[in-house]
Amino acid sequence: MNSIQQITGMVFIIVGLGFDIFGCIGLLRLPDVYNRLQATTKCVTLGTCSILLGAFILKGVSTTGIKAILVAIFLLLTSPVAAHALARGAHKSGVKLWPKSVVDKYEQDGN
Amino acid sequence: MKSKIVLFIIGFLVWALLTWPLDLQHLIAGLIVAAFIAFITGDLFSQRPHHFGHITRYLWFSYYVPVFLWECLKANIDVAMRVLNPKLPINPGIVKVKTTLKSDTGLTFLANSITLTPGTLCVDIDAEKGILYIHWIDVKTQDIDKATELIVSNFEKILKKIFE
Amino acid sequence: MIIMKNLKWLIGFGILAASLLFIMLYPIPSLLSWQSGFLAHCFFVLMLCFVMCFFRVMAGPTPADRAVAIDTLGILIVGFCAILSIPTGRDWYLDIAIAWALQSFIGALALAKYLEGRGFDE
Repeated sequence: MNSIQQITGMVFIIVGLGFDIFGCIGLLRLPDVYNRLQATTKCVTLGTCSILLGAFILKGVSTTGIKAILVAIFLLLTSPVAAHALARGAHKSGVKLWPKSVVDKYEQDGN
Repeated sequence: MKSKIVLFIIGFLVWALLTWPLDLQHLIAGLIVAAFIAFITGDLFSQRPHHFGHITRYLWFSYYVPVFLWECLKANIDVAMRVLNPKLPINPGIVKVKTTLKSDTGLTFLANSITLTPGTLCVDIDAEKGILYIHWIDVKTQDIDKATELIVSNFEKILKKIFE
Repeated sequence: MIIMKNLKWLIGFGILAASLLFIMLYPIPSLLSWQSGFLAHCFFVLMLCFVMCFFRVMAGPTPADRAVAIDTLGILIVGFCAILSIPTGRDWYLDIAIAWALQSFIGALALAKYLEGRGFDE
């Protein structure tokens, strides 16, 4: 029982670290601000939530475990809001889309 | 007054979870702090507090959480495959979709779920006309109705039952 | 021919795989190894992510890129605190994580308002 708990927690932590690395590669590779924001806000948020879930599984229902679950819920609620605000600010400050982009309805509507 | 009571219950619950091994001193301090906060800022918390009493809303919410988590997992694998591919198969653009939700909480949850699903990021909301501007990493269609069908309608049906 | 076409991708992938292997196989004389030797390696994987974010902070062509990289850095530090709290068994590392997540969120909102170019009282 104890070893199953350990192995499940370790698997969650390894998956979370992998998604964190993929998100950071996306931050380096993708061409403009909006695509980078997509990669980081998805991969890094779920990767960190997976690490926190691993901590909850390793520690069980204790002080550390319940705090980890609270931090995970908080991150899932606030990180998309921050991404939305940053994308809006970048567009208002005049950052252009990637030149090969297909369409920009937001600029056509005069914002 | 109802809004203050709801905020008091939520604040007290979060305090009890933060100081987990339940203990009389912590609970009394939490009671005082939660009552003070609810007395000061209670009226700002919810416009329609009677919604917290409906049981069907909680049932729909518990159906919404697994759907949301499954979409979130698909989004992560999708982004990871795009990033690791040597050819970088992206085709980005900003499209427009319509929504019929009206309340602020519903719009916020809709924008959050759109941001955490595959390939889409909410850029701006026009709440009066009910229009969302969405950055899509792989634009399949530029038509408003088809894009609404593909992106929004899946979540809108559930969120309408919860927040409207 | 195909190899020549994807040369840049291959070089990057090679560097990343080599550094990951080096991190995982290098015997770290860690203070934490009395409970779990594996978690001590996990810190250094997160350090690799930090290095990538710092590269984007330095090289980003526009201020918006730097703001995105700093926001990402804040979320990664929350994961760092969570890993640190497992082998040591000290729960106040997660208090640091809560405070850091809060201030990172408010900082991202303030940076967005600054990019938008308007006042704070709207």
